[in-house]
Amino acid sequence: MDSKLTGSSRRLPRRLAQGAAALSMLAMSIFASSASAEVNTTGLAVTDTEVVVGQLHSATGTMAISETGSIQAERLAIEQINAAGGILGRQIKVVQEDGASDWPTFAEKAKKLLERDKVAAVFGCWTSASRKAVLPIFERENGLLYYPTFYEGLEQSKNVVYTGQEATQQILAGLDWVAKEKGAKTFYLLGSDYIWPRTSMKIARKHIENVLGGKVVGEEYYPLGNTQFGSLTNKIKLKKPDVIFAAVVGGSNVAFYKQLKAAGITADKQTLLTLSVTEDELLGIGGENMAGFYASMKYFQSLDNPNNVEFVKAFKAKYGSDAVIGDVTQAAYLGPWLWKAAVEKAGSFDVDKVVAASAGLELNTAPEGYVKVHENQHLWSKTRIGQVQADGQFQVVFESDLIEPNPFPKGYQ
Amino acid sequence: MEWLSEFGAIAAMQGFNGLSVFCVLLLMALGLAIIFGQMGVINMAHGEFLTVGAYTTYLVSVLTLKYLPELQPYYFFVAIVLSFVIAGALGWLAEWALISKLYHRPLDTLLATWGLSLVMQQAFRSIFGAREVSATLPDWLMGSWMPTDTIDIPLNGLFVMALTLLLTTTIFVLMYRSRWGLQVRATVQNRVMARSVGINTKKVDRMTFALGCGVAGVAGAAFTTIGSTGPTSGSLYIVDTFLVVVFGGAASLFGTIASAFSIAQTQSMAEFFISGSMAKVLTLSAVILILMLRPQGLFTAKVRK
Repeated sequence: MDSKLTGSSRRLPRRLAQGAAALSMLAMSIFASSASAEVNTTGLAVTDTEVVVGQLHSATGTMAISETGSIQAERLAIEQINAAGGILGRQIKVVQEDGASDWPTFAEKAKKLLERDKVAAVFGCWTSASRKAVLPIFERENGLLYYPTFYEGLEQSKNVVYTGQEATQQILAGLDWVAKEKGAKTFYLLGSDYIWPRTSMKIARKHIENVLGGKVVGEEYYPLGNTQFGSLTNKIKLKKPDVIFAAVVGGSNVAFYKQLKAAGITADKQTLLTLSVTEDELLGIGGENMAGFYASMKYFQSLDNPNNVEFVKAFKAKYGSDAVIGDVTQAAYLGPWLWKAAVEKAGSFDVDKVVAASAGLELNTAPEGYVKVHENQHLWSKTRIGQVQADGQFQVVFESDLIEPNPFPKGYQ
Repeated sequence: MEWLSEFGAIAAMQGFNGLSVFCVLLLMALGLAIIFGQMGVINMAHGEFLTVGAYTTYLVSVLTLKYLPELQPYYFFVAIVLSFVIAGALGWLAEWALISKLYHRPLDTLLATWGLSLVMQQAFRSIFGAREVSATLPDWLMGSWMPTDTIDIPLNGLFVMALTLLLTTTIFVLMYRSRWGLQVRATVQNRVMARSVGINTKKVDRMTFALGCGVAGVAGAAFTTIGSTGPTSGSLYIVDTFLVVVFGGAASLFGTIASAFSIAQTQSMAEFFISGSMAKVLTLSAVILILMLRPQGLFTAKVRK
């Protein structure tokens, strides 16, 4: 008796709840968004109120030093999007995975995010090695990755949107500037020994020799993690290049600039242009150890435009007043916003439709200024030359026009 | 003639560079030579004790700038002493909690200390953040000394050299001229016999390990002048460190010196004529070749088998 009674008395509220849910769904489809079945035909983790995305960076291990900024920026963007009402009326929920600076782990976690969590998009990776590790999985599972780092190019996948610059965007404008402004004729190319510096220097050498009519007087690579640059500084003194063009990364970077300074190679006597020092790296190097040298990037924290002022303010409010923002951090911040714009243009979370909507997409609110997605899924962007200041910031001394991304540059391979 | 004087200047600077690399290698290997060479413990966490020294220096630098900015030029000496004390104390703790349980299982110490290195790295990351930090170095450490117009001798190189000289001498005196050194050497050669003549071998072990770690801390402090300070900075040095100690002959401090010198000179000279990566390949190949012919390393301690 008792049980029957309670049973029937429960039924009513349940029915009410069902009715209410149906009503609210109806309301949503009219006012805010369409039914989930329509905006998601491929079984992604999208409900009427929520959409799940993945974040895949190294929070631990050697790469945590670089990827922390990207994690923070993506989080900030997602929070801001949610606060402004989400995407197609749905709040973004993040599943964060740790790639732990280990490429097989990246692949495994990517698989988990796509197969088990069914995420609608992933914001992640930093090194090319980690991107190459997850690429086959994204292509097989038809996932969507927003990749923030400036990189060597020579890649284009419909499952990846590259929000950083490919090599020619970053390099050519920088070399043109140094040749024109500093009258540079001789170059010393230098990098850590792996794919990105080697590809970048290959492009640089072709440009110097074939386009600028200059001369490469030295080109060499040091093992990752190398800490002794004494012989190198002597060679530089011997060859007396007009410009040192550098792409040294990681702990080596710090050792390189400290030893350069100690050997008396400073900005008052030598021009140096680097591809691998952002505000993040300057924290470790110390601005005073590198003051006066130049970096070629698409973004500097000191950019003076309303978008960036707003962005820097929000970033510091969330992560502390001494937080710094480097080029890649800003590119990572673009990821969620570009995805939002593409989803809204497509009116769907389906990866194929989002990808189709991405080409030609424009964003006027980027901290770096106006950006536009090219058909090859890289961004049109400006390249800027910043001069290192002793306080660890850059002063922008040159800004190019909008440069077309060209991941497979003819004549440069 | 101008060409000749320039050639001379480069040769002088390159010679100095060889010596400088030698001192860096020796300084980072000294602590390990004590622990691995004298105690037979393979300390994979050696690099992290270097990092302890580097972070100590960073902290002292930040605190000095904040509270006693007028003493900024001199904080480095305090930092070195503190690095020794803190790294040594941590080493003492590690020996007490971990290593002392594993003296009869040398391969297990390898795993245990490797685990310790991972724990320490993540601890640095949690405490200081994943990004690299930078100690503001006093100006007198960061410039160059110019004996002529064309020669620049890096001051940080000179400083590391002086420190290496001082530390090596101290360790030699400790090991070969002091009562404690005698006890250490006795314990290494025959633990049971040493104990039976009244040496407290446990205490000796603990002090030796702490000393080795303390020396690593000093090296770490010195390396902030030439390298990076981050959670994994120490691991940059670990391969070279083992290379020097193994190549020199594990049980011999003289061997460590000879090995550091020959590796540094080969590396430095090769780097000048071929590229950095190829120079490394050349050096490592030479070391492997010599170790194949002479597995015990350059020098060996004479012990009756």
